[in-house]
Amino acid sequence: MAEFLDSLFSIFFIETLMNGLLLGGILALLSVGLNLIFGVIDVVWICYAEIIMVGMYLIFYLNNDLGIHIIPSMIAGILFSGLVGWLTHKLVIAKLIDAAPINQLIATGGLLFFFQGAAMIVFGIEFRNMGVSLGSLAVNEDIYLSWTRLISFAISGLIVVALYLFLSRSYLGAAIRAISQDKEIMSLMGVDTKKLYLLTSAIGGALAGLGGCLLVLQYDVHPFIGLSFGPITFIICVMGGLGNMVGGFIAAFIFSELITIGGYFAEIEWGYVLAFVFFIIMMFVRPEGLFARKS
Amino acid sequence: MLNVSGLNAGYGSFQALFNISIKVNAGEAVAVIGPNGAGKTTLMRAISGLMPVKSGNIDMEGTEVTKTPPHDIVKLGIAHVPEHRRLFPRMSVEDNLRMGSYAPQFRANFNKRLEFVYSLFPRMQERRNQLAGTMSGGEQQMCAIGRALMSDPKILLMDEPSAGLAPVIVQQVFDLIKKIKNEGLTVLIVEQNVKQVLKVVDRAYIIEAGSLKMGGTSSELLGSSEVQKAYLGM
Repeated sequence: MAEFLDSLFSIFFIETLMNGLLLGGILALLSVGLNLIFGVIDVVWICYAEIIMVGMYLIFYLNNDLGIHIIPSMIAGILFSGLVGWLTHKLVIAKLIDAAPINQLIATGGLLFFFQGAAMIVFGIEFRNMGVSLGSLAVNEDIYLSWTRLISFAISGLIVVALYLFLSRSYLGAAIRAISQDKEIMSLMGVDTKKLYLLTSAIGGALAGLGGCLLVLQYDVHPFIGLSFGPITFIICVMGGLGNMVGGFIAAFIFSELITIGGYFAEIEWGYVLAFVFFIIMMFVRPEGLFARKS
Repeated sequence: MLNVSGLNAGYGSFQALFNISIKVNAGEAVAVIGPNGAGKTTLMRAISGLMPVKSGNIDMEGTEVTKTPPHDIVKLGIAHVPEHRRLFPRMSVEDNLRMGSYAPQFRANFNKRLEFVYSLFPRMQERRNQLAGTMSGGEQQMCAIGRALMSDPKILLMDEPSAGLAPVIVQQVFDLIKKIKNEGLTVLIVEQNVKQVLKVVDRAYIIEAGSLKMGGTSSELLGSSEVQKAYLGM
């Protein structure tokens, strides 16, 4: 017991909490895009993390193989992922917009394997690393925080705030909020719902690309990287109440803290076990999500 | 201004409207009355593009409405206050009104129109930051009418604005319609409340089982024994 208390008040535990916070920032950014698409179009993109993977590969390819500077490579990655999001809606979802939800789900699940397969054909299954190291920030002599993670956290925070302002202040943002509340009458407002869906899909894809920019600095790229983030992203959205951006945002931090705290007391794999057990229990207690709206 | 001729419309194989022809002149207030399920709402929805038309024409000042994409119809000057109000419940009153002036050509006039709507409904200004879904039925109706007025329409379609409201509020809604008419706006209104609506409008059409039964000025209809028996309970 004394040992447990010691570990709880140790400086390393504080470092763990901070790392959880930093991980939460990225997970929040990833979940925001998926949530946006679900909130507006009412379709869950199972392949969302694979669009992140596509973005990561493009950035890696442009920067590593073609020697283009990292910043333009990242911008290209974001734009390309936006295009992939746009195409995903245009070529697949738009054809299934009135189909049963299970058909849409299976179609986006199929896209997951399509993206994985395409990545394998083009890039092989090797793990590729950008080899970017920005070093660490020494908070004091015991606590070190990775600069990559700090920057990622800051960018995630900025994007989430920017998205919030966009949704609450602009005409387009108002339409995106409105369409999830009453789709049919949008045409009476002069809103072309098909166009709005495409735009939302492009924004969602671009957000995945942005997530790719941040992940490519910390993780190896490989065709299955999406599997490391896709299920977590989806679960965070469900935990926060699907389509509820604020809920997803908070859930991202709960989830990331559970992972890092679990990892602190045992192995990091146990951290994931702890987080997923929490999720499963929560599905029994509050199946509609922690922050679901009462309807 | 609005000229509907030989309109046939319905859902799938079910036909709800048979060869309907009605006309609304500029500055007029016209009502469409008839029993439940007669096709009144279908007519409104066909005009504003919410449901497809099988055959017939809808002419708005020379533009064929049936060939206009639904989201462009509001730009022709046709604004629709839908049945059951259909506000965005989890958005503020002002955001609901903002949606009414969504089309790019309406945005520049947003502040002017907002001022106009607030002068018409001072209550909406008081409630501007309240979520629309949390207001009373009468207030929601004001908001729905206000939202339609944001696009500075030439003709306002109103579908059962008094439905589901307390009697004292119903009276207020009809006073409002009078006020809107006096602003010079052209109005096409669907109502079950026949007695009240005939006091407000200039002319009315009666639709039964999807077909046009009769039409005339309000005083003609109020004096018709058929209307008195079927709709006024006399």
